[in-house]
Amino acid sequence: MNQDADISPEIAPLHLSDKPDGPGAAMMISAGFGVFVLGFLTILAEASAGANTWLATWQWGQGVGALAGKTTIASLLYFASLALLWAIWRNKNVDLKRAFYIGLGLGVLGAIGTFPTFFQMFAA
Amino acid sequence: MELTSRETWAVIHGLVLGALFLLAFGGALAGLWSFRPGLITTKGVQERITRLQVGFGAMAAIAWATVITGSWIVYPWYRAKLAGAKFDKCVGLELPSSVCSPRDFLLANVQGETAAWHDFGMEWKEHVAWAAPLLATSAFLLVLYYGPRIMGRPWLRTAIIVMLVGAFAAAAAAGVFGAFINKVAPIS
Repeated sequence: MNQDADISPEIAPLHLSDKPDGPGAAMMISAGFGVFVLGFLTILAEASAGANTWLATWQWGQGVGALAGKTTIASLLYFASLALLWAIWRNKNVDLKRAFYIGLGLGVLGAIGTFPTFFQMFAA
Repeated sequence: MELTSRETWAVIHGLVLGALFLLAFGGALAGLWSFRPGLITTKGVQERITRLQVGFGAMAAIAWATVITGSWIVYPWYRAKLAGAKFDKCVGLELPSSVCSPRDFLLANVQGETAAWHDFGMEWKEHVAWAAPLLATSAFLLVLYYGPRIMGRPWLRTAIIVMLVGAFAAAAAAGVFGAFINKVAPIS
């Protein structure tokens, strides 16, 4: 019997089994981590000409500039962290609220990092 | 009436994909908001969760398509450095041209104080927009993974709504600045 059916009798007839919260926690943390990496790389590109040049090498001649590296790396690390945490926690019950707040904190920090007034303060 | 290839891509990026994502948000939020005990029947739960899963999946796919077309197709045309270090080729122009890209045009301030559209508007838009697909993808996976169980877990439903609203906020900020910037310095 699914524990959620105690709260919601509508889903009791569906005979759903309980699922571990580990994968759900992975989804929440990885989203925040991806946004955090995006913000961090945005600041890094502003603060370091070398980093900016290296991030621009990810554009593959398309004229995207350093944005290519920032967004590609953030996206790749998002999927990598999602896959890794999902694999580690696939059968575990992880505190979902805690995972959400960790993801939220990382996401807010990342969003601040993408704000021009903030990241331009780090201009080299 | 005719659109150039660049204008067509700008329309696909902003007016088609971007607008579709922002419009879909309303339906997704309403569907998830009322996915709670006492409001729908067991049969309704099955119909609703299928619709939510398809809708959230479509939103995630559209968010990725929007940022990829924006960053890899439209943005290089916007940011091309054509007018020289002092934007000499933009002098006297009323709009960007083949020798003065939209970025050059805005930074040249040849039609008023327009540099802030690039320094703040474009700089924020090009970065924050990428938060939308990350948040939308995780929100979709949560809806897919938990399915009808979300109904019995109000806190989980709220967490998914927060992620959905975050994705919308990022897309809306990018969309609003994109519309204004394309008004001041259109890609053509």
